[in-house]
Amino acid sequence: MSSVSMTINGKQVSGEVEGRTLLVDFLREHQRLTGTHVGCDTTQCGACTIHVNGEAVKSCTMLAAQAEGADVSTIEGLADGDNLHPMQEAFREHHGLQCGFCTPGMIMSATALAKRNPNPSESDVRHWLEGNLCRCTGYHNIVKAVMAGARAMNA
Amino acid sequence: MYEFNYHKAGSVADAAAKVAGADDGTLMAGGMTLIPTLKQRLAMPSDVVDIGQLGDLKGVSVSGGTVSVGAMTTHDTVANSADVKSAIPALASLAGGIGDPMVRNRGTIGGSIANNDPAADYPGAVLGLGATVVTDKREIAGDDFFTGMFETALDEGEIVTRIDFPKPEAAAYIKFPNPASRYAIVGVLVAKTAGGVRVAVTGAGGTTFRATAMEDALNANFSASALDGVSVSADGLNQDIHASAEYRAHLIGVMAKRAVAACG
Amino acid sequence: MPRDDGIGAAVRRKEDFRFVTGQGSYTDDLNRSGQTYAAFVRSPHAHATLNSVDTSAAAGMDGVVAVFTGHDLADAEVNGLPCGWQVHSKDGEPMVEPAHPALAQGKVRHVGDAVAVVIAETLTQARAAAEAVDVDYGVLPGIGNMSAAKAGKAQVHEEAANNQCYDWELGDEAEIDAALAGAAHVVELPLVNNRLIANPIEPRVAIGDFDTATGEHTLYTTSQNPHVIRLLMGAFVLGLPEHKLRVVAPDVGGGFGTKIFHYAEEAIVTWAAAKVRRPIKWTSDRSEAFMTDAHGRDHETVAKLGLDADGKFLALKVETDANMGAYLSTFAPAVPTYLYATLLAGQYTTPLVYANVRAWFTNTVPVDAYRGAGRPEATYVIERIVEEAARQIGMDPGDLRAKNFVSPDAFPYQTPVALEYDSGNYAGTLEMAKTAIDYAGFPARQAASKAAGKLRGIGFSAYIEACGIAPSAVVGSLGARAGLYEVANVRVHPTGSVTMHTGTHSHGQGHETTFAQVIAERLGVPIENVDVVHGDTNNIPFGMGTYGSRSLAVGGSALAKALDKVEAKAKKIAAHLMEASDTDVEFKDGQFTIAGTDKSVAFGDVALTAYVPHNFPHDELEPGLEEQAFYDPANFTFPAGCHIAEVEIDPDTGTVTLANFVAADDFGNIVNPMIVEGQVHGGIAQGVGQALLEGCVYDEDGQLVTGSYMDYAMPRADNLPNFTVDTQVTPCPHNPLGVKGCGEAGAIAAPAAVMNAVTGAMRAAGVTKPIDMPATPSKVWTALNAS
Repeated sequence: MSSVSMTINGKQVSGEVEGRTLLVDFLREHQRLTGTHVGCDTTQCGACTIHVNGEAVKSCTMLAAQAEGADVSTIEGLADGDNLHPMQEAFREHHGLQCGFCTPGMIMSATALAKRNPNPSESDVRHWLEGNLCRCTGYHNIVKAVMAGARAMNA
Repeated sequence: MYEFNYHKAGSVADAAAKVAGADDGTLMAGGMTLIPTLKQRLAMPSDVVDIGQLGDLKGVSVSGGTVSVGAMTTHDTVANSADVKSAIPALASLAGGIGDPMVRNRGTIGGSIANNDPAADYPGAVLGLGATVVTDKREIAGDDFFTGMFETALDEGEIVTRIDFPKPEAAAYIKFPNPASRYAIVGVLVAKTAGGVRVAVTGAGGTTFRATAMEDALNANFSASALDGVSVSADGLNQDIHASAEYRAHLIGVMAKRAVAACG
Repeated sequence: MPRDDGIGAAVRRKEDFRFVTGQGSYTDDLNRSGQTYAAFVRSPHAHATLNSVDTSAAAGMDGVVAVFTGHDLADAEVNGLPCGWQVHSKDGEPMVEPAHPALAQGKVRHVGDAVAVVIAETLTQARAAAEAVDVDYGVLPGIGNMSAAKAGKAQVHEEAANNQCYDWELGDEAEIDAALAGAAHVVELPLVNNRLIANPIEPRVAIGDFDTATGEHTLYTTSQNPHVIRLLMGAFVLGLPEHKLRVVAPDVGGGFGTKIFHYAEEAIVTWAAAKVRRPIKWTSDRSEAFMTDAHGRDHETVAKLGLDADGKFLALKVETDANMGAYLSTFAPAVPTYLYATLLAGQYTTPLVYANVRAWFTNTVPVDAYRGAGRPEATYVIERIVEEAARQIGMDPGDLRAKNFVSPDAFPYQTPVALEYDSGNYAGTLEMAKTAIDYAGFPARQAASKAAGKLRGIGFSAYIEACGIAPSAVVGSLGARAGLYEVANVRVHPTGSVTMHTGTHSHGQGHETTFAQVIAERLGVPIENVDVVHGDTNNIPFGMGTYGSRSLAVGGSALAKALDKVEAKAKKIAAHLMEASDTDVEFKDGQFTIAGTDKSVAFGDVALTAYVPHNFPHDELEPGLEEQAFYDPANFTFPAGCHIAEVEIDPDTGTVTLANFVAADDFGNIVNPMIVEGQVHGGIAQGVGQALLEGCVYDEDGQLVTGSYMDYAMPRADNLPNFTVDTQVTPCPHNPLGVKGCGEAGAIAAPAAVMNAVTGAMRAAGVTKPIDMPATPSKVWTALNAS
């Protein structure tokens, strides 16, 4: 066991982890931040997407120890109390979610796109979401939501 | 995952020493292959030495006709580097097509070529562009680097520090992705260089290889139609539920023609 | 003016705030105090005898609390997993129904079959110890597919001779053969309906807990139907009475059928938690899901359609082999029989239909209902052979369909395969879809594709489904071992807010919003004052859960009946308050009024009076305002419609691009059009996935080749276009809301539409032998180059 410290959603945290502890397990089990989900074991579904130092990453394919000193953001850090982040609001408004399981990863991936591309096209969004699987929506409304959310974030 | 000791290397020398000092040490770059492998309990290293964060190994620089990419430069950095885009746009576009955005933010060029997955993209670039792989011990020509499936010319504990890509006159990489994994079923990089045309194929065989018959045809006439009638043998090509060897052989021709056309 | 939160409004979902903020509460997000973790030892072999299972090393490892094997379960008299539907063969014999032990006894029968379970303080300790369980397997020849099963390469179950589970028929074979012999044209088509893996993004999870003080067992599980799990597990597997067994299915991350069934892990964690007196959590990883979640489809069929000289359908004969996998999953026997063959009339007046279905055991994961369950397979048969018939006789495929449709004035329409269709307008949805895709413009688009070196095809799928599952008496007579009614409880609180309890379960369908809209509409209360609760057997009277597009048609009807009772009682209270007769009281927009007077009383005042009954008709009524209704449907509902796909093929690589997809559906009345569209989108994506991408592959010996997302191709955002979806409304005449159900339509219709388009495009390039799903680049290219 060794100690790891990082900032999560603006809060300084630390904990004791094994070398093999995954970042997603540190978030879910140690920090009780269960909004970040695990849907596969081959780094494909993207349900575990978070931001590390401002970049979207799959937290199931990163060790907690690798995040030492990092600035981590998860789905729980996005809304301001009851006020949803524009991307969260866009998902709600455009019915971009059904069961909600892939949604935190989708939203974290989408906000990363919006930071780079304030006005993504349908094709930009579909390609960007290559690493996020959804089984419910057929992506149609997710794509609409991401396009609208990106514009709202950059308005 | 089995238990292991995690170390953050302070330098390349420190990493080499830590791996050498471990019972069964392994280097970790971006971890995009190693961590899934560990999760599946397919590997049981005693120590994992993380070099992914070494600043010395990150970044892109251009000097004369050479684009140097630090081994721990992420795919995303290469894909979006203004220097790479202007000097070797094919390399930027290849990097931008690896995995997905999250994987590109962690995965590195050094990790990719050291792992030498037969379906990875970067080996095609290193071979096709005639790059030089620089390690903590020596320089290895791209032509000599990839020795077999998941095998390279690297010695035990040798660490890739940089890859030097000579700027081609023109180059393009076109891949046909696996519908499930999105890795390359076939990827072809065509480069027009001072030393002639190079055609490197990835995804199709046990490791990346040059399609010399295509190179000959293109040296005579650099146009897609020059490849009509030049076929690649299916013998020894990969075969799986997604693609037969014959289909892969055919795709090499199609991707090569498209790459030639994309060279402009 | 209609309410903006009532029936017909595109109300934004009440559940979304918690989901978009990461505050959903899925089973794996729950942890019980003192919780331990389970890891299973699973067979790497498709078929083997268990010579010995040595747990001694594992039992001594760090953190290990207990290790159990099949022997331990047998000693504890834990029964095997039950099958909920019995099918009889055509000779009258019941199907072969082998035991399905929760942990293997004597033999393993598929890769992933559970041999032992390790319970430890941490998950890593449990996994490490599971690896240390020493199993001596006697490897037997494995049966990876139905051909191998028929060839009798090995026997999966001793009691199933030739590996056959049943040989079932519907209709008169001699009559159909005679009709086919007399037909002007007979079209014959062999078809494979590829095996699929449902892959909800949330893997299955089960947590067992036991309260030593009360003797109550609790199972938290990723289920579409917690009451069904309680019934199956309590009554059949563990012998626990309902009042001591609580099953909770909290937020569930998608189901698509595969979370209907009762799984071994649920029973084991429930039983073992009482044994070790500690809560036990099991979380499937994705690799485990691939080899333990029930799979779907897997049919091989030969169909023959006879037509007269004018193109009227005379007779359809269908012979299907259906793969059951290694054991009978909960509803498996019903899927290729009563949920399949009864739909083979489609939207057509075909007077004679015959089906013969043979079900087989193989050394593969059990196969059961997956989105659509039987109806996609039926639609695929009908709509592929009708399209093929149009091509062979040179008729426009839309015109051939229209010529054979059941006409709108023919309802109720009795089909030759047992069902009575209640309402519909099939020509209406066909025309709607043709307009949406600009069918008339197709030849020009095809010519443009050809000029660019591409092949273009267009394909129809005019589907029908039997939903609103199901009239209990009917399914009971067909072998179901359960009723399929639904339950609703409406609790009006003293201040007029409402909590509704439903026996259906939402795992993406948005019941918390849709059901609340019905209540808002009927009671005139704002939707934010309505909460819908599901998923906990301790809170909800009973229920059969969510599948078969049944929730609104059956659960919503129960709600409507409960609301009738609330309204009737409230009217009496209002009449008392207004000193009038309740027959003179009208209720609208939340106000009780007496016709022709200015007297009125608000719903909230009536609610308060019900709970503060100072001025109350005590001689006539009890205080309180809470009503419950059970609803057993009079018939199935029959959603129907027409989907059209347009594809473009790159002949150089065989890549199929879905260029356009339109859906025109008739779901009866619609409560929330936004949610309905979302359900159609999702269904289409799964249907397109089946047609172009997905296929579970076993090798000949029963090894699972597609064991992860590296090899099983899931549809991703860039595989799909935007979809155009529209609806027409012919209300269901026999349920109070006039609704039919929408959840499965896309998955039912899309595969045939896409494959008709693909095979049409290939036919234009000279390939007349149709390929099977999935139409992968490799398969398409190979077929194009074989010609």
